Amino acid sequence: MPIDKSLRKVLVIGSGPIVIGQAAEFDYSGSQACRSLREEGLEVVLMNSNPATIMTDPETADRVYIEPLTVEFAERVIAQERPDGLLPTLGGQTGLNLATELAVRGILDKYGVRLLGTPLTAIQAAEDRERFRELMRQIGEPVPESWIVESIGELRRVAERVPYPCIVRPAYTLGGTGGGIAHNPDELLDIGARGLELSMRHQVLVERSLLGWKEIEYEVMRDGADNAIVVCNMENIDPMGVHTGDSIVVAPSQTLSDFEYQLLRTASLRIIRALGIQGGCNVQLALNPHGSDYYVIEVNPRVSRSSALASKATGYPIARIAAKIAIGLRLDEIRNPITGTSAAFEPALDYCVVKIPRFPFDKFPTGDRALGTQMKATGEVMAIDRTFEGALMKAVRGLEIGVSDLRYPPAMHLSPMELETLLATPNDLRLFYIAEAFRRGWLVEEVHGLSQIDPWFLNKIRNLVELEQELIACSGELRALLAGTDTHTSSSAPTQWERGVMGELKQATKASSLALLRRAKEWQFPDKFLAQITGLTEAQVRAGRKALGILPAFKMVDTCAGEFEAQTPYFYSTYHGEHDRPASAHPRKALVLGSGPIRIGQGIEFDYSAVHAVKTLREMGYYAIILNNNPETVSTDFDISDALYFDPVTLEDVLNVLEYEASALPEGEERSVLDIPVLVQFGGQTAINLVKSLRAFGVAMLGTPPESIDIAEDREQFDALLKALDIPRPPGRAVLTLQEALETAHTVGYPVLVRPSYVLGGRAMEIVRSDAELTTYWQSAIRAFPDAPVLVDKYIEGTEAEVDLISDGKHVLIPAIMEHIERAGVHSGDSMTVVPPQTLTESEQAQIIDYARRLARALRVCGLMNVQFVINDGCVYVIEANPRASRTVPYLSKITGVPMVKLAIAVQVGHPLPPCSETTPSKALPHIAVKAPVFSSLKLRQVEVALGPEMRSTGEVMGIDRNYAAALYKAMVAAGIRIPRKGNVLFTLADKDKVEGVALARAFHERGFKLYATHGTARALKKAGLPVQIVPKIGQGSPDLLDYILHKRVQLLINTPSPERKAEQQGLLIRRAAVEHGIPCLTTLDTAWALLQAMEAKQFEVAPIGASG
Amino acid sequence: MRAYLVLEDGSWYEGEAIGAEGHTTGELVFNTGMTGYQEVLTDPSYAGQIVLMTYPLVGNYGLNPEDQESFRVQVAGFVVREACDSPSNWRARLALHDYLAMHGVVGIAGVDTRAITRRIRERGVMMGTLTTDETPADAFERLQNTPRYEEGDFVFRVTTPEPYKWGYNGLEPMSAPDDRYRYRVAILDCGVKWNIPRRLASLGVRSLILPATTPAHEILALNPDGILLSPGPGDPARLSSVVTTIRELIGKKPIAGICLGHQLLCLALGASTYKLKFGHRGCNHPVKNLLTGQVAITSHNHGYAVVPESLANTGLEITHLQLNDGTIEGVRHPDLKLITLQFHPEAAPGPWDSRPFFAEFLRLIEEPLVNTAS
Repeated sequence: MPIDKSLRKVLVIGSGPIVIGQAAEFDYSGSQACRSLREEGLEVVLMNSNPATIMTDPETADRVYIEPLTVEFAERVIAQERPDGLLPTLGGQTGLNLATELAVRGILDKYGVRLLGTPLTAIQAAEDRERFRELMRQIGEPVPESWIVESIGELRRVAERVPYPCIVRPAYTLGGTGGGIAHNPDELLDIGARGLELSMRHQVLVERSLLGWKEIEYEVMRDGADNAIVVCNMENIDPMGVHTGDSIVVAPSQTLSDFEYQLLRTASLRIIRALGIQGGCNVQLALNPHGSDYYVIEVNPRVSRSSALASKATGYPIARIAAKIAIGLRLDEIRNPITGTSAAFEPALDYCVVKIPRFPFDKFPTGDRALGTQMKATGEVMAIDRTFEGALMKAVRGLEIGVSDLRYPPAMHLSPMELETLLATPNDLRLFYIAEAFRRGWLVEEVHGLSQIDPWFLNKIRNLVELEQELIACSGELRALLAGTDTHTSSSAPTQWERGVMGELKQATKASSLALLRRAKEWQFPDKFLAQITGLTEAQVRAGRKALGILPAFKMVDTCAGEFEAQTPYFYSTYHGEHDRPASAHPRKALVLGSGPIRIGQGIEFDYSAVHAVKTLREMGYYAIILNNNPETVSTDFDISDALYFDPVTLEDVLNVLEYEASALPEGEERSVLDIPVLVQFGGQTAINLVKSLRAFGVAMLGTPPESIDIAEDREQFDALLKALDIPRPPGRAVLTLQEALETAHTVGYPVLVRPSYVLGGRAMEIVRSDAELTTYWQSAIRAFPDAPVLVDKYIEGTEAEVDLISDGKHVLIPAIMEHIERAGVHSGDSMTVVPPQTLTESEQAQIIDYARRLARALRVCGLMNVQFVINDGCVYVIEANPRASRTVPYLSKITGVPMVKLAIAVQVGHPLPPCSETTPSKALPHIAVKAPVFSSLKLRQVEVALGPEMRSTGEVMGIDRNYAAALYKAMVAAGIRIPRKGNVLFTLADKDKVEGVALARAFHERGFKLYATHGTARALKKAGLPVQIVPKIGQGSPDLLDYILHKRVQLLINTPSPERKAEQQGLLIRRAAVEHGIPCLTTLDTAWALLQAMEAKQFEVAPIGASG
Repeated sequence: MRAYLVLEDGSWYEGEAIGAEGHTTGELVFNTGMTGYQEVLTDPSYAGQIVLMTYPLVGNYGLNPEDQESFRVQVAGFVVREACDSPSNWRARLALHDYLAMHGVVGIAGVDTRAITRRIRERGVMMGTLTTDETPADAFERLQNTPRYEEGDFVFRVTTPEPYKWGYNGLEPMSAPDDRYRYRVAILDCGVKWNIPRRLASLGVRSLILPATTPAHEILALNPDGILLSPGPGDPARLSSVVTTIRELIGKKPIAGICLGHQLLCLALGASTYKLKFGHRGCNHPVKNLLTGQVAITSHNHGYAVVPESLANTGLEITHLQLNDGTIEGVRHPDLKLITLQFHPEAAPGPWDSRPFFAEFLRLIEEPLVNTAS
């Protein structure tokens, strides 16, 4: 079927902000789809609210709209663009839901827009539980017994009949939001009621539990001519019961026989055909571990997180092919870009892939670490190797959770009972507990009995633990081997006999140590581990290993297991065998370090920078290499760079890549790793953390000198620099003892801001107001970060601002000043931000620019730097400087039109900035852009909602319009805040906020809102003459505060956290209740003011990015 | 124990011995299937070949009594990156090493199978030897004095010595009654895989499995409703006696040919065959059905193929093509009621997409013969 000629313009809908369950994978699939469509000569219009994405770059599509993903704004875009078709299946559940609503409400018909790809009926049949089950029954595919519930009454009746434990799944939500496992009727009523609330359809499925069954996924593609293939299958190591996004997953399946593989493959194809999917689709199945019966669990009728993983695991570009199918091409008409053969084939892997999710529990120590059907991971790492053991070890060291192998020290102290519980209950650290169990000599059968994990995986983990123990036992011999010294240290000269026998013995020992070492590397025990157990430095281990000839080989991911010659630059390392091909002899190479798994504080925006770094380098004639291990990202798409290394971003792996790439000599030249510069500014803190060790190995790094990075990161040096430059900063210092901390606090005066140095995203950062609080903080911080100095700073309550600048050391370009809407004390990643500044005076702005320039020059910044300020009483203080691309780079690039990464790279390879670029273009911007954070609070129960110095948001959105109110409105709507136009607003404020709260309440009152407040707050409002109804605190009357929220008697909650512990326990409870019941909950007065201002918005303009600047 | 894989181009690889000790020789081929090693090991079409699995982890789900495709392990030798010694699957009875040892088959593990695959891809299939009891140099010398694969008559080694039947309960003696079956199909066994009679039995068909040497008149004397020419090993051009038999059968009964059976049928009608550089062996080959326009993912194991031009005067019509290299994957002759596939509709291992081939064969049986051979 040729492409439909009537199709000229296509609208692609993105997935919006990053939230748990919907992360960077949709940037990857969306931008790939846009490229794929444009390749076919179509005009592409893209709509997404997330500015941190590659897909919202002006060059990704013909026109890009950064607008809220709501029916209202989508209709505006459609009316303006009049596309012929809409591609709904590449923007995650968000994109699909929006497309469905546009279709159902008749908007697509109204404007003559066709839904491309999978028809709406198929989407509905896949997503509506009952229709799906009916269809499965018709085609004879087994589905687990289940009950559809649409009301509390039905829920009660079902609770009496179901077999426990049972699974609860709300219909039409993403990432399994609101689902769970109920072990008894009470739990069922609790989870079920919440699910009903969250479901777009008010529909919940209660289902027979298949706990302990194997969970298998198939990624399937089908074209409009009914050709269907399986791209990849995957086996979850955690059996049924854990959301696949939270499971450790291996591809391809390992424990399925061919019969079982084909049984489930055939079922998956039958399902995709029965549904009539046109494009990609994910089928989840449960397989009985003791028989060949199976159940169909669910189908995602769209490109999903699993398809991103499958694409990276196989090299098969699912989103690209799905987009082509959507516009009418058949699988056999599409080329597989890697092999040049037909896209109608099934990839053959000749390696093993392991994915491990990355969880946010380091940021949420109070979060419930147990895993279930509701996804909690923020990101993931993938690793490829020729053995399962190797792939698993690589994935572990790439997680960046403070471990580099299977040893997790706290597990050592667990009692047998505790360990049993942690093995039986799925949790984020279970892998390490399994290893600990084997270390204690537990049997595979025992661990299997507790965890239900297939013995195949357990045997492999046990293999690793056994080798670990053997390595530790032989550490002396290994040390001798690696250090190249002799273990024999006899002082007298050896006799003939001694030489003979001892010589042989020594030879034998050496040979067995060497074999052991080879095995350790084959299974990817990192050099760091070997250094730890032998007492050598990592450099010594590396040198020793190389001297022994133990070097990695780089193999290609080619979709065909080597059957065809492939032209793909996608590689992984393995410590066995030979290179697939020699490294390129290109004379100019550069390596960009990626930012690893997505976590809170280091998200998709860093991948944006890495991708642009690679693109710019290629444009400049460099052979651009990228190293990253995050399968969700655009940077790990095989056609972004000249060479992609899918390996952990650790010292060992960086050096391996550099040495391999340096091994190819251009004619008549000599090359060493020194000739391949590394760019470390674009990989977030992951890359910056490697700077010191890379420098120790003599690696050349482009950009700001490492000494400057040290100065910016070291408190005392930075203070000294600021002092020398005469730039004020909040007084304070780095301390090592509680005594020092208290002294500092007394000197500068409370409140103080405390945090451990060298941590990202404001981890463990707090505002402390008394000696007692400081002491409590000290005790917990020390436990979490034993060696890090703690920074104690005067907390200045003022407006925060920041800049991202580009400098060549002389000239400094500052595209814009960003003003934070929430005052200091809220982490910069969590506060709303506006460009250009709305309240800063000319002189304050001038001072900010002046300080930033002086700092950049003093630090000899080459490339990007982010500087944060606090402004109080006309006085500007510098808070911190980060000598790298920050999370605001994509947002700023898009609104100012300044290609920041491109300029930074140009500077780094030696082109000075043109002096005329020194102006601040934001002053001339015709638009106002507001960036708002998005939280995944719904996914993480028991986790704080209130804004604070510790970052908690997972993603961001942008609202852009001609005036501030409209931009605010768009940002808030895009962030999912339902802006009430009238109704009841409930205030419960901390004492410090009561004075200002009165003014705020008055403003709400004047807009016609009815005021409600808890006792203390109400008294303040009454005193000011405002009519207010008192709401009793929890348990002090009926209905109390909680009832008001549970029964939605208020439309907005404004609650500022109080430093008082007792008030805070209630505060957390009601904030959680509000979030879980969909009531907007604002926790700072500034946000509330902004909301009021957003209500003023009357007229909106939708305009493509970069068009009318 | 050490083992070596030595190739005819002089390259050799050191690894760890699995299975039996000793040495073995054969044509080294690679298979890209990620599952189905037991079916591969017992597929008679691999007789005379040392099979390398490109998927690195082999033996994960063990070996079991149900997944056998013939009585014994048929490959000459087995090459894997890693052999699993603690398999896990509810049907698993044996680990790979023990199974190979039990069947006296020499194997090697721990070699860089991807590098070897690339070598075969670049230079084409070649002879190789596996040894646990020689130096690589000695093995290389022995290899040079071993007859080449192309010179082997493997069909007569793998065909059944005595006829037998297959039905609902599996393998049965020739004396078993046929009254519960819709049709009786004679399978000329050049190296049949048991999943062929299994698939037929699932459609209510009784299979009569006959030695490859059975003359045409004896086959016709059994009065089968149709004849199926089985897959098998080796160069089809060497099998002139079987080709003669087939020529005598054409037009008398509906005939289906699979793999070698397809090649032999084409040869019988005057076409010719050639050897592929490194063959098709795996479970992921796209084949387009020219009659329907549909693409199926199919299971392949063939080192030879039919020369397209040679079909010119045979009356055969091409029905299937491999999408990647255009190899002929199926032909038909509606008048003579002949249908063939070069690949394996019986799967085992591989996708079940082409199972309808057997039903199609039955439809051919059901229709009356329009005209006899001229």
